[in-house]
Amino acid sequence: MADVLSVEAPAGAIALAETSRGTERLHRAIFIGLAAVLLVAPYLAYPVFVMKVLCFALFALAFNLLLGYGGLLSFGHAAYFGMSSYVCAYAAKNWGLTPELAILSGVLVSAVLGLAFGALAIRRQGIYFAMITLALAQMVFFFSLQAPKFTGGEDGIQAVPRGKLFGLIDLTGDRALYYVVAIIFMAGLLLIYRIIHSPFGQVCKAIRDNEPRAISLGYRANQYKLAVFVLSASLAGLAGATKAIVFQLASLTDVHWSMSGEVVLMTLVGGLGTVFGPIVGALVIVSMQNYLASLGAWVTVVQGVIFVVCVLLFREGIVGVIAKKIGRPL
Amino acid sequence: MADDIILSTAGLTKDFGGFKAVSGVDLKVRRGHIHALIGPNGAGKTTCFNLLTKFLSPTKGAIIYNGRDITREKPAEIARLGLVRSFQISAVFPQLSVLTNVRIALQRKRGDSFDFWRSEKVLAGLDEEAMRLLDAVGLGSFAGLAAAELSYGRKRALEIATTLALDPEMLLLDEPMAGMGREDVERIEALIRKVSVNRTILMVEHNLSVVASLSDRITVLARGQVLAEGDYAAVSKDPRVIEAYIGSGGDHAH
Repeated sequence: MADVLSVEAPAGAIALAETSRGTERLHRAIFIGLAAVLLVAPYLAYPVFVMKVLCFALFALAFNLLLGYGGLLSFGHAAYFGMSSYVCAYAAKNWGLTPELAILSGVLVSAVLGLAFGALAIRRQGIYFAMITLALAQMVFFFSLQAPKFTGGEDGIQAVPRGKLFGLIDLTGDRALYYVVAIIFMAGLLLIYRIIHSPFGQVCKAIRDNEPRAISLGYRANQYKLAVFVLSASLAGLAGATKAIVFQLASLTDVHWSMSGEVVLMTLVGGLGTVFGPIVGALVIVSMQNYLASLGAWVTVVQGVIFVVCVLLFREGIVGVIAKKIGRPL
Repeated sequence: MADDIILSTAGLTKDFGGFKAVSGVDLKVRRGHIHALIGPNGAGKTTCFNLLTKFLSPTKGAIIYNGRDITREKPAEIARLGLVRSFQISAVFPQLSVLTNVRIALQRKRGDSFDFWRSEKVLAGLDEEAMRLLDAVGLGSFAGLAAAELSYGRKRALEIATTLALDPEMLLLDEPMAGMGREDVERIEALIRKVSVNRTILMVEHNLSVVASLSDRITVLARGQVLAEGDYAAVSKDPRVIEAYIGSGGDHAH
């Protein structure tokens, strides 16, 4: 009798296992649905527009990894996005690297930059952390402005060749490039999904929730914070480098502080700390910028209004609200 | 009999810009004891506690744990040596499930888990032990709930289960009964007694009846210094202790 009892899992564990299995099934369904949408999207919408959405969605996903799961508010993520974009554009244009190698070099540089900046910033917390990341990103901006030999200054790096993937597949056509971008996006999304559901991700979430407690359990919190910072910066770099290939351009816009603000906006609108929220947020913001472009400077005003409404009415963001309604994490 | 002492301090002093919150404290905690640190408000208990757990660095003095000088160690490192603290405000990971809270502590045994490429399924092997720990504190049926949704008393129980998951050699409890109702006090008291087997506990506590029934030894602090030390019977009769408590309002001296 005692044996039987000890083998049987307690009721709580069974219920828990069922909810998490249900959530897993739901997420798998969303992934498959998303892949299907991405497959047909270039036939329904302008491919360059979809690629733009995907680049910004990946950028927002990377930012959300840091803020939503690491609890670290970086106000300088444009530095990694923009610098990687410059490096990729420069490598493709001046060194004639193939697109995948150009993108890879952009990612590497943003990882190194993330390591250096992250190591400085994680020494402080909260608003001070945010301010340090902002200050460092401003340094990158002014460097970009002052180093025209590398960045092209005000003109940026233009006419970046899309080149041939692995030296074989010609990416000059939008359709071919689109599927490469879609694959990069999906790979980034799956990697982030894996990170937040890994043993490492669990510790990051614990540190986000209660850092002194995590430390008192023996976790060297700063090492985890730095690791998640570097991962986030690298993924932001992947987004920036891909964008440089798509638009054949790297410019000051991508390193400007307003770009850091935009990614915060996308993440909050979509749903901070949700897996899929940043994608929805990026879609909403990029669509707005595109379709309201005729309003000129008023787009910024509309964005501001949306931001205020979001914060006041549904702080969890679009996906956060849906997740609450269906009672499952999304 | 020096190796009977698990934790000791020598001349421990903390100076906050000229104000000595803790001044020359010599503390000796015997292995296997429940040792209580009491004193009127402002006596330096919490400062002392934060010094021992390394959340503050001492101005002067040394802290020796298991014969090893830990005065300059970082907080995460002493947890790895088996000296684990609790917090006054219930310290849980609010957005994580009750089960995950305990599992985070169990994960420590895997070493530093920077494996972001692995699925959390590798942690499933820890679920059984986590459930056992939760059952031990009466939280088994709450495993799937977010920790934020637990009542105050249950959060404390969860915190204890999480701490026990590390199987610490010594526990430092910061006012384990703070803000608790009578029923919860009895439950946590029984729990502390249960976990004290084969462990050493040092606790800061205001509730003197709890201190009286649990402690093997009591150190009374006043104005940053050790006023008296001994078992409850001896300490409670000490005229200096009575004066210190009455002099500070007396509401703690039941």
